[in-house]
Amino acid sequence: MKTIDSDTVHGWIKEMAQQLRSHLGDALANSVMVGIHTGGVKVAKELHQELQLDNPLGELNISFYRDDFSRIGLHPTVGASQLPNAVEDQVVILVDDVIYSGRTIRAAMNELFDFGRPRKIILAALIERKGHELPIRADVIGRNMDLQACEYIKLQQPDMSLLVTAKPDTEGAR
Amino acid sequence: MINKPANIQLDEHGRLKHFLSIEGLSREIINQILDTAAGFAGVNDKAIKKVPLLRGKTVANLFFETSTRTRTTFELAAKRLSADVLNINMNTSSTSKGETLLDTLRNLEAMQCDMFVVRHQDSGAAHFIAENVAPHVNIINAGDGRHSHPTQAMLDMFTIRHFKGDFEKLRIAIVGDISHSRVARSQVHALSTLGAREIRLVSPKTLLPAEMASFGVEVFHDFDAALDGVDVIIMLRLQKERMRGALLPSADEYYARYGLTTERLALAADDAIVMHPGPTNRGVEIEGIVADGHRSVILQQVTFGIAVRMAVMSIAISATEQSSARSSHS
Repeated sequence: MKTIDSDTVHGWIKEMAQQLRSHLGDALANSVMVGIHTGGVKVAKELHQELQLDNPLGELNISFYRDDFSRIGLHPTVGASQLPNAVEDQVVILVDDVIYSGRTIRAAMNELFDFGRPRKIILAALIERKGHELPIRADVIGRNMDLQACEYIKLQQPDMSLLVTAKPDTEGAR
Repeated sequence: MINKPANIQLDEHGRLKHFLSIEGLSREIINQILDTAAGFAGVNDKAIKKVPLLRGKTVANLFFETSTRTRTTFELAAKRLSADVLNINMNTSSTSKGETLLDTLRNLEAMQCDMFVVRHQDSGAAHFIAENVAPHVNIINAGDGRHSHPTQAMLDMFTIRHFKGDFEKLRIAIVGDISHSRVARSQVHALSTLGAREIRLVSPKTLLPAEMASFGVEVFHDFDAALDGVDVIIMLRLQKERMRGALLPSADEYYARYGLTTERLALAADDAIVMHPGPTNRGVEIEGIVADGHRSVILQQVTFGIAVRMAVMSIAISATEQSSARSSHS
């Protein structure tokens, strides 16, 4: 078991904010930030505050879009996605805590397009793990990590530290 | 056909496989349906009102008894889950029970249908089909005789929870032809499982079955008295044939004693909501101005019905998918 403390994580998020500023330039001010439920929303909240974005933060719950519904079933506490701002023709900053296989992001993009057609989607992730199964990579990354397949990384709440543990023996862990 | 034990609804892991009646379901499963429906309600507000959850699945609506609204909302629910939908109007005169019905089922199974939504005039029909269907097929009861109409009851619970919150604080009146109403029966089961503070059944003596008193409900024959402090008023549809069957003196007298008028509505709690499973008989059980008024949530019930049916369909198919995934892995 390994822990990355919350001060370090907050520092990485500040670095991500800086990367987003240089990546998007003037387009940042009008962009729409969307966090993926649940860890992505936590990271997005900090980024949103750090960048002082005007458009309210959106939340995506991608349970209805996952491609592993038949293996892991329906998540019992699925909540609705909340996108207070239209994404049509907007620059969308999609935020998740950990990117690994890329399947969550694929599902999230499928759902985003059901709300409208964004002009551009920027993907920001606190952690990008090695081991992608789809051709999906983050544009803005807090840290890259090369973990063993048997390891599992999770953002702790509410303190925002990261915990690396042996993967629990359940399907659906990413 | 007789009522079979309700546990046929659950698979070996206690997951909801068939949705046949509220009876026999735990509060946990009822809340799972309500919580999942809350997620699906958001889908219906999107530009593209669809999620890919049941893509590649086929849902057959088997309606032995006509019902445009219920069939339409089931069809929309399945389509918004990306399932393919077959609407089969089972002509009662040409489909006698027993072998012919089973033949029809075998044929639909051979076409690889994954779910049957069944509406039938006989109590227990959906149970009978669930007992005789191939293991990979899920059955949803869309109303059977006088027995049960569980998805209607669930959309009513969803509506009540949406507008009124915690069931343990609520006084609810169900008014009208209780004895012929599968909706009322399912509502009573759902409300008592959810721990409603008070369930009041309001009906003429001729339209209230004696056994209902045993469900922990209060029985009223005086509508005005029953309305005192009530938070939710559920009106039931009065079927015209009840008049002919000499169970009631006349429509006018029924309306005078059991019709929900503006004056009567004033006797309930100030923020009471008015519900009705539809279609309404204006001037028979409800005044038009009440049905259309700001306290009425009748059209919201219809809207919520889609999300609730999406929830029931996806929960049932999810149980079967998980079972088959597990057996193919082992």
